[in-house]
Amino acid sequence: MRCFLIVLITGFLISCSSSDNDLGYQATPIDLEIPQLFSNLLLPPTIPSDNPQTIEGITLGRKLFYEPLLSGDGTQACANCHLSENSFTDSDRFSTGITGAIGTRNAMPLYNMAWNFEENFLWDGGAKSLEEQVSDPIENVIEMNNTWPNVVTTLQGTSIYPELFTQAFGSSTITKELVTKAIAQFERTIISGNSRFDQYLLGDQNTVTVSEIRGFNIFMDEERGDCFHCHGSNSNPIWTDNIFHNNGLDSSFDDMGLGGITGDPLDNGKFKSPSLRNLAFTAPYMHDGRFETLDEVINHYSEGLVYSETIDPLMKNIAEGGAQLTEVDKADLKAFLLSLSDPGFTINPDFQNPN
Amino acid sequence: MKMKKIALLVIVMTALVSCTSHDDKTSEFLISISNSQHWNGESVTANDFGITEFTNKHGEVLKIQRLRYLISKVILTNSYGDEIEIGDYKLVDLTDDNTLNYATNIVVPPGTYTGISFVYGFNEEDNINQDYADLNTASWNWPDMLGGGYHFMQFEGTFTNQTAEIPLPFAYHNGTARVSEGVFEQNFITVNVDGLSIDSNTTIDIKMNLAEWFKNPNNWDLNVLGTNLMGNRDNAQIMMNENGQSVFTVYLGD
Repeated sequence: MRCFLIVLITGFLISCSSSDNDLGYQATPIDLEIPQLFSNLLLPPTIPSDNPQTIEGITLGRKLFYEPLLSGDGTQACANCHLSENSFTDSDRFSTGITGAIGTRNAMPLYNMAWNFEENFLWDGGAKSLEEQVSDPIENVIEMNNTWPNVVTTLQGTSIYPELFTQAFGSSTITKELVTKAIAQFERTIISGNSRFDQYLLGDQNTVTVSEIRGFNIFMDEERGDCFHCHGSNSNPIWTDNIFHNNGLDSSFDDMGLGGITGDPLDNGKFKSPSLRNLAFTAPYMHDGRFETLDEVINHYSEGLVYSETIDPLMKNIAEGGAQLTEVDKADLKAFLLSLSDPGFTINPDFQNPN
Repeated sequence: MKMKKIALLVIVMTALVSCTSHDDKTSEFLISISNSQHWNGESVTANDFGITEFTNKHGEVLKIQRLRYLISKVILTNSYGDEIEIGDYKLVDLTDDNTLNYATNIVVPPGTYTGISFVYGFNEEDNINQDYADLNTASWNWPDMLGGGYHFMQFEGTFTNQTAEIPLPFAYHNGTARVSEGVFEQNFITVNVDGLSIDSNTTIDIKMNLAEWFKNPNNWDLNVLGTNLMGNRDNAQIMMNENGQSVFTVYLGD
């Protein structure tokens, strides 16, 4: 009878336990360093339950991010097209892959990705998690042009990676899943939240100029810039809605964007709103890098809108070609946008090449 | 020994209780909420976006591309005057089924309730600037220069105009009304419905008739009032509030 009860109790204890991994290997958990403004205003960042942040995982992911062995000929790493000095995008309009082939979109900058709550990554939403996003460039023939079996074999054959995977995941057997998990862990640590405008929003009135404040008011004014409906605000300091819009670039489309993923013609020409942080470092602009300067971007929204059937209703002044901003307003808006840049982010030693 | 067995039994019973998500209350009924939309009786869903044409009272033919709105403070009042809050707030997004139909986890005793009420938008007490992390994350904020707090509705699309070569956009956005610089006016709507009886699990269906936003008492001319409406108190925000009085109806279902 006593044994029966003990078994019963043990059974209940197990059934009430929330974790089924208690006996497995545990790397060292570590929390993301969340900027104060984010923690004040936003939901907690998204960390998948099957890929928690760990010190060892992040260390491995950072090393892999800068690892050229991930490419087919061992010459190109993620960091070749996502350069820290450019806020982890490419200053070239289109990146060049290992074969010399050239892409068709501008590399997306990488930061604050744990605050992409819908988890639709890439310009067209083609990746549904950060782990999935990691997978594509490695196999893409015009990018790193490798195969996952080859990646795994190559890393397994090195002297250092099996041990690093053991430290991060408790197994020296390298898999595609573990490679993508490690890189995603590192990418989630790439956080930018200390621009001059962040400091202003936290109460330091001396960090921004009068022109930058005027520019912010234009950004928030529905009758002038009306940027805030898609690009965040002082209340959503990610500075993007992470949603897909047709912002009036073209009358017809060579690149269908979101429509190419969903197959819905009503999504054609829609691309994700990029965050406006670190614009000082992320030129050229738009999904195809067509604009070399911020002035061109502002002129587009002011006078350059082009109609197509899926254009977003928030491109309100389409009949007039745009918002018709004055030259003074344009200068102020540009000044504000640049105040969202964070030079310290681009040189953060935690994000640099460890190899 | 007997005491030990009793102690073990107590532990087992505790484990049993702790493993049960909630008590069995067969005498109370679960309340769910449904937010549905229609155009003078014809159902409107996200499947209509960009496809279905609707004609407003003024005669403009329009297509909807986006519709989000805020419902808050859903309250049941019983015959003793006691209020039971069914839900604090919900940002309804027609592209997100989880916001259209959901269980509240609120159970109520059977009987006759004297009324149900809810707020379209936030009332003044709840419309606290930047206070809701989920709404901030959804970029649902209303600009500080217009009074701050949150949008009540974003209703967007395009309409045709005989003189325009292309469909024109409309952005019917509603929130706090700006009277003058630094002076603002509350603009939410409280909806009250009388008398209802609950004798089973019940869904409160809050129906929005989109046609009414353009209809009564203000015959809305999208050619004049299509965009840049947020800061326009006299000729847009207050008129939205007036038209909004007849937008909502409430039905009960199982």
